[in-house]
Amino acid sequence: MASWYMLTLIGKDRAGIVAAVTRALFEGGCNLGEASMIRLGGSFTIMLMIQHDGEVDELERLMQPAAQSMALRFRLDPIEGHRHDQLTPDVQITVFGADRAGIVAQVTGVLAGAGLNVLDLRSDVAGGEQGPLYILHIEGQALQGVEALRAALSASDLTDLEVTIEPVDTFIG
Amino acid sequence: MAPQKILTYPDPRLKQEAEPVERFDEALRELVRDLEQTMRAGPAAVGIAAPQVGRLLRVALVDVTAREAGSLSRSAGRARAPDSARKIEEHHGRMVLVNPEIVTWDGLAVGREGCLSVPGYTGNVIRAEQVELRAYDEQGVEQRHALRGFEARVAQHELDHLDGLLFLDRLVSRRSDLFRRKGNRRG
Repeated sequence: MASWYMLTLIGKDRAGIVAAVTRALFEGGCNLGEASMIRLGGSFTIMLMIQHDGEVDELERLMQPAAQSMALRFRLDPIEGHRHDQLTPDVQITVFGADRAGIVAQVTGVLAGAGLNVLDLRSDVAGGEQGPLYILHIEGQALQGVEALRAALSASDLTDLEVTIEPVDTFIG
Repeated sequence: MAPQKILTYPDPRLKQEAEPVERFDEALRELVRDLEQTMRAGPAAVGIAAPQVGRLLRVALVDVTAREAGSLSRSAGRARAPDSARKIEEHHGRMVLVNPEIVTWDGLAVGREGCLSVPGYTGNVIRAEQVELRAYDEQGVEQRHALRGFEARVAQHELDHLDGLLFLDRLVSRRSDLFRRKGNRRG
């Protein structure tokens, strides 16, 4: 039975990384699952679920030529995979403020204490070198309700940040 | 008369344009009853359109009151009604929409949608915040519906089905909506 692996990959960004990696996997008989591939700073990063019949070392050999030719570093971990296991977020949070150390730790610390389960977190740095701005966007599940998150944040001392917490009302139609 | 089988993408019938209803007869009313039973048999569905059961007619049903009864995420039994109920205070209950048209619309907002015909996936879609619909009910009486917010989004999703469009056709990137919401800073 084919097993699931998680590929974690990083390299200096250049055109063609996704095509080279996924082509090697496709030609090696792999099936791909959910993925997150994104440029962070000057690096390109991949987190990719791979379904493959063989052992992990065989999968590594499949990856080697593409990785070497494009100077990519990667690792493969067996996972208890599901082809599809999406949870629906019921809250989304945006945070921005002048960049400083500790924004992510403090915001997620306060919110985790009020029942936030993070499903998706992305952050960007905007502004110039002189005045960098940190922008954080979280989708998650408010396990104790959205009001609990708001209350925890209001009681915190994170006064230098603009924070918006809104419920996500998903419908099925 | 019974709950019907829901077609799921990539069934080609979901991508076809539906025909206008010409006769407001018992067959139409039976279709409406079938749609309603099918919608209510589903997992907390708040709308359904005839093409979803393989009937290529311009008939849809919206009833956002079902939203209060069911929970979408795997969180059944969790006490969070105040959040989810807040947004749909203003609604029209069960609406039968035959040959519906959007007469006017205003505002745009991103919201998250799923679909009976696309099980196991939800995604962000941009819709008008307010719409005014002209439609007929199952008796053939013309109706006007002024809809806002959640209910307006649901109606637009159902009307799309009549034109062979799924919410997948309108997905927007998760990164594109960073500052879409208004108000409520710091709760």
